Amino acid sequence: MADGAQSDAFVAFEHVQKSYDGVSLVVKDLNLSIAKGEFLTMLGPSGSGKTTCLMMLAGFETATHGEIRLAGRPINQVPPHKRGIGMVFQNYALFPHMTVGENLAFPLEVRGMGKDERESRIKRALDMVQMGAFAHRRPAQLSGGQQQRIALARALVFDPELVLMDEPLGALDKQLREHMQFEIKHLHERLGITVVYVTHDQGEALTMSDRIAVFNDGKIQQLAPPADLYERPDNSFVAQFIGENNKLPGTIEELSGGKALVRLATGEVIDATPVNVTAKGQATLVSVRPERVEFKPEMMPQGAHMIDAEVLEVIYMGDILRARLKVAGTEDFVMKMRNTLGQTRLDAGQKIKVGWHPQDARALDPV
Amino acid sequence: MAEMLTTADGIPLKAALARAQSRARRKALFLVLPLLIFTLLSFVLPIGAMMARSVHNPEFVASTDRGTGAVTPIMQNLKGWFDANPLGTEPDEAAYAALVADLAHLQETKASGSAGTRINYDLPGTLSLFKSGARGAGKLEPPFKESLLADDARWGDPKLWQAMRAATAGVTADFYLAALDRTRAADGSIVQAEENRQIYIKLFLRTFGLSALITFVCLLLAFPVAHLLATLPMAKSNLLMILVLLPFWTSLLVRTSAWMVLLQEQGVLNDSLVGLGLITEDQRLAMMYNTTGTIIAMTHILLPFMILPLYSVMRTIKPSYVRAARSLGATSWTAFRRVYLPQTLPGIGAGGLLVFILAVGYYITPALVGGASGRLISNMIADHMNDTLNWSLAAALSAILLAAVLILYWLYDRLVGIDKLKLG
Ligand SMILES: Nc1ncnc2c1ncn2[C@@H]1O[C@H](COP(=O)(O)OP(=O)(O)OP(=O)(O)O)[C@@H](O)[C@H]1O
Ligand SMILES: [Mg+2]
Repeated sequence: MADGAQSDAFVAFEHVQKSYDGVSLVVKDLNLSIAKGEFLTMLGPSGSGKTTCLMMLAGFETATHGEIRLAGRPINQVPPHKRGIGMVFQNYALFPHMTVGENLAFPLEVRGMGKDERESRIKRALDMVQMGAFAHRRPAQLSGGQQQRIALARALVFDPELVLMDEPLGALDKQLREHMQFEIKHLHERLGITVVYVTHDQGEALTMSDRIAVFNDGKIQQLAPPADLYERPDNSFVAQFIGENNKLPGTIEELSGGKALVRLATGEVIDATPVNVTAKGQATLVSVRPERVEFKPEMMPQGAHMIDAEVLEVIYMGDILRARLKVAGTEDFVMKMRNTLGQTRLDAGQKIKVGWHPQDARALDPV
Repeated sequence: MAEMLTTADGIPLKAALARAQSRARRKALFLVLPLLIFTLLSFVLPIGAMMARSVHNPEFVASTDRGTGAVTPIMQNLKGWFDANPLGTEPDEAAYAALVADLAHLQETKASGSAGTRINYDLPGTLSLFKSGARGAGKLEPPFKESLLADDARWGDPKLWQAMRAATAGVTADFYLAALDRTRAADGSIVQAEENRQIYIKLFLRTFGLSALITFVCLLLAFPVAHLLATLPMAKSNLLMILVLLPFWTSLLVRTSAWMVLLQEQGVLNDSLVGLGLITEDQRLAMMYNTTGTIIAMTHILLPFMILPLYSVMRTIKPSYVRAARSLGATSWTAFRRVYLPQTLPGIGAGGLLVFILAVGYYITPALVGGASGRLISNMIADHMNDTLNWSLAAALSAILLAAVLILYWLYDRLVGIDKLKLG
């Protein structure tokens, strides 16, 4: 990224490394810039260093190497309480010995704010999360979802420009989680704040974020908007981590004009878009989304290849039908079909041919 | 709304529930029965007996043979006269005649010690009066008033008569009065004890004051240690925990003696200070056999009782609370004071109460290192148990101590709430 863009960034990590034990790096050369007002999600498997990054940004861990800047100012040496960053913790961390109102008053009191202004702000923050009637309750007297809202209100009550959230919805049930996702997103849009959000729930990341940084092994694997991430994964890790995915190992047979022919281990040839393969003869892993697999020849573009498949089972899932196929030697090739009125019903044992648009199959690095 | 709920077959819900639970409860009771009996025999009964002794002392009217345990009634004539004549009646010839008859009876039954000791509690020096009185009673001729007074004028002391009247009653609050530095005047009214005999209230105050101080010092020392224990990685905190528990594995006497070796005037610490030239030979610090010695040794011994409850509370306080406070703009001091400290209160309460109560009743350490100025009320109780054998007074002092501790519990419950107590 160019220097100009870096200094425009609201939050910038530059060559940040972190080690806890002096033996291994938990975060390896992190470069990330976040624009003002952006909703950026850090997504990745457990232990990939997401929380560590967030803690370095909040000031609870020091970067072993590199620089972190907030609004153009290096903050490596700034103590947490002077960073003015709102934070929502995974277990909410509401002070159990204070009422909801006192919890919200805390950040305002330490800033020396007068009583009248405090009260009006607390009321505003509580109304914002629809918890106006709960100011006198203790956190222990609230449900998980309600505690979550209070934690959110507390992180926002002092008007921080940057809010960090570490798996804030992890403890909620599915329905409540989806509801809160919507509310957080809504608040983000309404208040214009910058949010850095950590989760390992990819659905959550896809629905809420402007951009997603996929973490693995202390490195960002891909940083892209949700649609790009899903449809155009840069590497096999991202392709496998985000959404369901069919993997077909093979070697590059032909490489020209942004198109590739891949010969599978069983001898068939398929179409793919080369992503991080560069030469003929290279080993590759072709990834195809289940919902992009076609079995009706009339839906295929001119000249596209189709290969033999055998239906092993068809699972009825309500809105979709999910077929498990035997393709090119693997038995866990999945195809998803919309459950529409005219949809052709497949039966186990049936022999069909499947194919896909070349741009839906991505030839990635072999794992 | 207030309609009674019933089960499907119409039995009131409450009754059905009680019946369903009573079987389980009986079984549970059966299981704890041995412990219940043990507690009753080893705790409730002895304490009850002790408390009874603090208000009931029949030694003056009943002598118990130490060997056989046989009880002989004594001083019955005098008791009859006291019963017939109200308080304030001047003792007349009949009274003296009764007294002389009783004294003679004391000599026969060898019970002058029993009666004399009882009166001696109230009027020191009267044990010998009773012994010599009993010896000479057989030779006395009427009129007994003159002859007895001629023998020893102290028999005419109104205070003595008041004490004997009180002692015939058996049940008395006099030991509590004595424990609170009060005594009865000749007319039965309650007055302050003589200046040089007012020791107990002062001792109680010193005991509570020193215990409070020791508790506070323990808290100051224990807080950082407990915090370390709760936050260090497992391997290191285990080692530290062993160091904390080490004193429990060493005899109390050994630890106390170790302090004596360290702190006495010719001890290690003073020697080092002199050796380093920080103080001169005649400036050696007196840290042993006084209040300082008691405070140091008891703080050391009671420290684990503060650390452990604090640790168990601190372990449950997640670091995210302090982090949350910091991210909300609090300095580390504010985060500590407003978020961390309040959450440790149950541990502070539990540890404080535990240390204070132990300190109030501590006996062996002050006896060994306290000297004269570092003695506590428990040493006095021990004295009365072992030396003066005034068990009633010892019991009264203990009862007051117990009451004070119970009041403390009650206060704690009112101010903080007993449910906020966390011992582990
Ligand atoms: N305080 C610490 N001391 C030593 N190692 C740590 C510490 N905190 C985290 N780690 C290690 O750093 C790595 C990254 O941890 P981190 O908490 O950042 O992961 P994460 O991506 O947040 O995972 P999760 O999704 O499970 O929360 C892990 O291997 C973890 O064991
Ligand atoms: Mg984490």
